Amino acid sequence: MMGSATGGSGSEGGSLVKISVTVNGTAHESDVEPRTLLVHYVREVLGLTGTNIGCDTSSCGACSVHLNGEAVKSCTVLAAQADGQSVTTIEGMATDGVMHPMQQAFMENHGLQCGYCTPGMVMAATSLLQENPNPTEEEVRIGLEGNLCRCTGYHNIVKSVLAAAAK
Amino acid sequence: MTVTDDRPASVLGTRLLRREDPALLTGEAKYANDLNIPGALHLAVLRSPYAHAKILSVDVSAAAELPGVVAAYSGADLAGLWASPMPSAWAVTTDMKNPAHYPLASTKACYVGDGVACVLATSETIARDALELIDVQYEPLPAVVDLEDALSDRVVIHDELGTNSSYTWDLKIEGTEGQVAQAFADAAYTVSERFIQQRLIPMAMEPRAIVAVPQPFGGDMTLYSSTQIPHILKVMTALTLGIPEHQMRVVAPAVGGGFGSKLDVYAEELLCVALARKHKVPVRWNEERGENAVATIHGRGQIQYVELAADATGKLTAVRVRIVADMGGYQQLITAGIPILGAFLYAGVYDIPHAYDFSCTGVYTTLTPTDAYRGAGRPEATYAIERAMDVLADQMGIDPMDLRKRNFIAKEQFPYTAFTGLVYDSGDYLKAAELAAEMADYTGIRAKQTTQNVPGATKRIGIGQASYFEMCGLAPSRVLASLNYSAGGWESATVRVLPTNKVQVVSGTAPHGQGHETAWSMIVADRLGISPDDVDVLHSDTAIAPLGLDTYGSRSLPVGGVAIAMACDKVIDKAKKIAAHQLEANEDDLDFAGGSFTVKGSPDRTMPLAAIAFEAFTAHNLPDGLEPNLEAQVTYDPPNFSWPFGTHICTVEVDTETGNVEVLQYVAVDDCGNQVNPLIVEGQVHGGVVQGLAQALYEEAVYDTDGNLKNASLAEYLVPAASDVPNITLGHTITPSPTNPLGVKGIGEAGTIGAAPAVMNAVIDALSGLGVTDMPMPASPHNVWKAIQAAQGASK
Repeated sequence: MMGSATGGSGSEGGSLVKISVTVNGTAHESDVEPRTLLVHYVREVLGLTGTNIGCDTSSCGACSVHLNGEAVKSCTVLAAQADGQSVTTIEGMATDGVMHPMQQAFMENHGLQCGYCTPGMVMAATSLLQENPNPTEEEVRIGLEGNLCRCTGYHNIVKSVLAAAAK
Repeated sequence: MTVTDDRPASVLGTRLLRREDPALLTGEAKYANDLNIPGALHLAVLRSPYAHAKILSVDVSAAAELPGVVAAYSGADLAGLWASPMPSAWAVTTDMKNPAHYPLASTKACYVGDGVACVLATSETIARDALELIDVQYEPLPAVVDLEDALSDRVVIHDELGTNSSYTWDLKIEGTEGQVAQAFADAAYTVSERFIQQRLIPMAMEPRAIVAVPQPFGGDMTLYSSTQIPHILKVMTALTLGIPEHQMRVVAPAVGGGFGSKLDVYAEELLCVALARKHKVPVRWNEERGENAVATIHGRGQIQYVELAADATGKLTAVRVRIVADMGGYQQLITAGIPILGAFLYAGVYDIPHAYDFSCTGVYTTLTPTDAYRGAGRPEATYAIERAMDVLADQMGIDPMDLRKRNFIAKEQFPYTAFTGLVYDSGDYLKAAELAAEMADYTGIRAKQTTQNVPGATKRIGIGQASYFEMCGLAPSRVLASLNYSAGGWESATVRVLPTNKVQVVSGTAPHGQGHETAWSMIVADRLGISPDDVDVLHSDTAIAPLGLDTYGSRSLPVGGVAIAMACDKVIDKAKKIAAHQLEANEDDLDFAGGSFTVKGSPDRTMPLAAIAFEAFTAHNLPDGLEPNLEAQVTYDPPNFSWPFGTHICTVEVDTETGNVEVLQYVAVDDCGNQVNPLIVEGQVHGGVVQGLAQALYEEAVYDTDGNLKNASLAEYLVPAASDVPNITLGHTITPSPTNPLGVKGIGEAGTIGAAPAVMNAVIDALSGLGVTDMPMPASPHNVWKAIQAAQGASK
């Protein structure tokens, strides 16, 4: 359901789309350009900069978030498509200051170095375990192949996900 | 009970979890592009679509009229803003040819991606949209893509230089003239190989991002940048823009990986600062991945001619090397010096007589400039010698492991003065190789080969080894001077004990994923006998940590970490004076352990550092002449490089019908001396190995003959995913460095240095029964298949 267009959007001359999205449990109503990607919406409109951008070809997965509980690359979703949906970003994973078991597993197993791919990796990994709570090492490697990391060689990321599954 | 009994075991050497992680894991960490700077204008850069072209005209008027655009500039428009060209800090020879290079080109574009115009606008989208309205007229010129074509000067890129050759750098060893030629004349065996180090794109997961923020009064400027080198960047920005250095502050916030690619001074950094000054408003720039692939430096890019001479037993008698190194379109910060960092290592871990001949010619092409990429010169050198050793073993008909054992510098020979005059401080190369062989079941796999790699077999097993060492921990300043590098290699540390016995440590290193905050807190905790939780680590902001030479070349621990340990010792020395005064004892009679001073033989006469810190703060009762407060600064210039080493062994299975290479096992045995935190060491090795393995199997910047980068995205440039790489089995030997008080060596680059030759030796070993003796990296299915076809064709 696209909201009604009202007014111009400045230089592009396009019309704005009204959306209501629940992000990390909080309802937001916003007017966005039709071309606005979900990743730009959460970063620039909502100020949730934990979701990172690592490419422009939907290859790296750094921008992975949960849309209705499932991992998506938020650069492949228009903000307008998230209208009426529920989004969880990395900022929504901890509860009352306690990290999600997957976040804890990454910390305990040194599953991150520079941290740039990490939010997307955590979102993809939690989604993976929802679908397959007891994956093999190979299933983890294949399940995460849409998320690139340049620091860890994946060894400790895989270890982290297997550890989270065993919790 | 004595104080000593109470002392907890040292935190050094433990697997302490990283304090950096919670902020990174919860999204709280701020990378440069996350910084919310109200009122900032967005910069976008128009890049040449031609590898080589004259710029005939640039018309920005239509772009300037787009609503939301504040200004649009050609290179010529901004020419008055630069006090000097972009910095090249390493003129490796006194006559090195170095074309003037400005943040925007104004007369000629020298690679696809060279900036030719820019826009400032109120949003990034508008700025990028406006680029499409800039009209640039080019006169395309022939591209120069191939290194040997470049050397021929068929097309000269920089007219004012008259040649594409930037420099030729020779390593001459006095008094050995003629020895190399004689050794080759006398050799029982000689090897002569030509290897290609393909261009690699560093692809840190965080593209670069920059915000330049002018202060409202007085002309001060703060530059936030995704950089490995805030300190060097500060000096270079000041010099290039004519800003008084004390008015420049550079901050590297969270930085999403570098691998050398953020060890540079980039056009966009200078543009943001210059335009922020000009417009008196913050200016920011955010690199897209496609831009990153062409506008951030590349690594490697060499042709290597390597020759070995050996006697009848396989003992090496001489090494001769000629390198052609691709500079790209211009010199970036240390482009010219990268191959020179490898120049001393082409004899590898082997005991050779003083018969070594090295020469490198740096040459311009019309491609993205090259510069440091993880290992920087040393992976290239290690690849060359370790591949050549396998070729020699094959020629002699002996096992490559056996050949290496015949040539290793023996443990008893350390400290070993090499033919270059460099002193390898410590090592036990045989021990690491034997441990790796045992862990990899080397003999078992050799046995398996005899049953599996039979004639007609399509799944062939191969095992490959690389025994490496490296020269890192950059570096003794005097040695850098002898290489014409225009900075030193020291590092600074300040340790400050606050009145409540909390400690601030200020380091000149600039981490971007290495976990320095955790590691440095452990060094201080160990030294001062306190908890690492009571240590705060400050870094990467030139206002807070004004002295430093930053993070690259596996230098942070062996130089920066050692500086911290020495600053702690200086603090203890001062605290001891206060303790002696207060305990009415002689300084010489005091022991310091577990964070307390105790009079020898009188365990009840004790004073903890906490009490001394408060005394130092109040200054009510200090020894005469002693300054209040407890703080010490050390600038440490290392007496030697750091010399880590190890052996990596890779086992692969190659499908001869598809050309697919599957890594069955990867064993890495590394020796980085004492380990501050094995968890971090292991992570460095894992990541390094996969970057080296990626050079061997997956990655290459592919250009067409017009100089267009054909795989300028992560969809096409094959950074490996989790499913592309194996689990890695690690082993360690520990040979402490005798040249620093922590006994440490660097570990940031070791994995990358060992991996590419180990993997390629394994691939070629698998196919040796088919007559394959070499193939270019990456050993992609296509390259493997072609090599098999060529060998089979040749044998028919």
